[in-house]
Amino acid sequence: MTALAALIRRDIRIALRVGGGALIGVLFFLTVVVLMPFAVGPDLALLSRLGPAILWLGALLASLLTLDRLFMADHEDGSLDLITMSRTPLELACAAKALAHWLAAGLPLIVATPVLGLLLNLDMVATGAVALTLLAGTPALTFTGMIGAALAVTLHRGGLLMAVLVLPLSIPVLIFGVAASQAAITGPLSFGAPFSILCALSLVSLVIGPFAAAASLKHGLD
Amino acid sequence: MTLTDLANPTRFLALSARVLPWLAAATVILLTIGLYQSATAPDDYQQGATVKIMFIHVPNAWLSMFVWGVMSVASLGTLVWRHPLADVAAKAAAPIGASFTFLALLTGSLWGRPMWGTYWEWDARLTSVLILFLMYLGLMALWRAVEDPSRAARAAAVLTLVGAINLPIIKFSVDWWNTLHQPASVMRMGASTLDKSFLIPLLVMAVAFTLLFVTLHMAAMRNEILRRRVRSLQMMQASRVAFSSEVGTGSREENASKGVA
Amino acid sequence: MNGLKPGQMQLSGRGVICVRGGREVFSGLDFEAVSGEAVAVTGPNGSGKTSLLRLIAGLLIPAGGTIVLDGGDADMTLPEQCHYLGHRDALKPALSVAENLAFWADFLGGERCGAAESLATVGLDHATHLPAAFLSAGQRRRLSLARLLTVRRPVWLLDEPTNALDVAGQDMFGELMRDHLARGGLIIAATHAPLGIDSRELRIGGGA
Repeated sequence: MTALAALIRRDIRIALRVGGGALIGVLFFLTVVVLMPFAVGPDLALLSRLGPAILWLGALLASLLTLDRLFMADHEDGSLDLITMSRTPLELACAAKALAHWLAAGLPLIVATPVLGLLLNLDMVATGAVALTLLAGTPALTFTGMIGAALAVTLHRGGLLMAVLVLPLSIPVLIFGVAASQAAITGPLSFGAPFSILCALSLVSLVIGPFAAAASLKHGLD
Repeated sequence: MTLTDLANPTRFLALSARVLPWLAAATVILLTIGLYQSATAPDDYQQGATVKIMFIHVPNAWLSMFVWGVMSVASLGTLVWRHPLADVAAKAAAPIGASFTFLALLTGSLWGRPMWGTYWEWDARLTSVLILFLMYLGLMALWRAVEDPSRAARAAAVLTLVGAINLPIIKFSVDWWNTLHQPASVMRMGASTLDKSFLIPLLVMAVAFTLLFVTLHMAAMRNEILRRRVRSLQMMQASRVAFSSEVGTGSREENASKGVA
Repeated sequence: MNGLKPGQMQLSGRGVICVRGGREVFSGLDFEAVSGEAVAVTGPNGSGKTSLLRLIAGLLIPAGGTIVLDGGDADMTLPEQCHYLGHRDALKPALSVAENLAFWADFLGGERCGAAESLATVGLDHATHLPAAFLSAGQRRRLSLARLLTVRRPVWLLDEPTNALDVAGQDMFGELMRDHLARGGLIIAATHAPLGIDSRELRIGGGA
């Protein structure tokens, strides 16, 4: 346990120090959301109808694009070799790294949601619903995105390829995340059903993500 | 005293240490006067007491642009004249500019609340300020992303100047976008028929806020210079030859800590 | 097994084949090392010195043959009992020297000795609170060596360990290796330069 705690602590520290990318994700989220009205027009009624979708898309892109370097940095400086050799199972180490990433880069997105909700003319209930669904859904994004990050190390390619690989995997999360928020705002569907599925998706990805990432890292060693 | 005298960081530290208390005092006095005058200014017949937000909002909005101007000049200094203080000035100004811009947005949306019924309207002016705010944040992220300040300085200088050229274009586009979508905008800020009872406090506040910026900027520059000194002292300490005797280095560390304090 | 005294270990490879990128780097390689012994792996560039170390460390999967450690901790795999010191330092520039070392000590776990003490041994005690970004290449290497001291592992796999170290650093490192061997550890080092301690040479790569 100390090993995992140490790994989480280290990754969060690096993310928050100079050169770390923790808050750039939030800035990206903000920028994406601000760009939307320029595309669809400043009609507040329209924006509030599209709001949950815009916020979800922004959060999805922000949390996936910051994942790019999750394993790459450790691979480049040789840390990944030592992590692989250690007594801690690689699956757990991967899960710890993803958790640290979510804490440093995912949680700030949720904190920023109310401010962005204001820009999109969402009322309190709608903003709360979006924030809640993001809280339940972003772990799924991080843990599935982790697979792409591991593949990026294996393939020695980062960036867009990773996005292309991972974005399709995140479609279910997007569907049920937006569905749950819309249900809370306008109905007529109940909030509970899509929200439960969203939570289930997160839990499943919590299991699949670390195993797939670890498997891909193990086979990609050289 | 000329500009070249100021170029030396050590001289700048000495000089600013003398000037700073006076500047701070002047800022406090002017701010007090300005706030008092704003508080006693009459309510607007249309907007009521909310009009008083203007006395804070307008100076902040003015400074949000002024600070970018200051940074642009500093960036020219970095790129063209390689002035040793230029990138310090540019770096120190960014967070302050971002704060003023944020305050302009905040007061703007508080002002807008009773006018529009929402905290945020994609009004042309506010939207331009929001984009300016994003650019400030991006610039700060750039400064933070690169560990070596002199390397970050060039990138930031280029970005600042590109931003300075682009800002009018962005402003124009946003205006065009906005009028395209909603003709006859909701609100007119700073109307031309500003009464003298509003104008004088507003001018006082504008000067007071500008002084506030100068004070904060000078203090931030001092911090930045000292931070860089700490950094180079740390690098010196790191490069100290291993196993060297402690005698020679002890005094240097003492000097270092004196210099930093 | 083959007559090991209690507490003694033997690392041995039998018929190890290494294939990388479709190319056979070496095949049928036999080697062994017992407690207290250092093996210097030599050979021309591309002969597979680094690959051999990575095979032992479990970072590459052998295309054939076996590598076993007899007499080690039966509960642990071979890589878990190895220290691997590669070309890359596994250091984070944003963290301080002490934080870097403390992280690896916590993460690798197991028996350890004081971090401050090992930093003093490698000559970095003056820089514990400084960011690792300020360190020179030689100092980074010293910090990696501190990791080997802080966390005890019986097998050291060293890839060009004396790279970037100055003369004083090489002497210090020779001392560390002798201590390690005296405690019953064993060392496999890939090297071009003389290792600085008594060692048995294992030459690989086409007898060039």
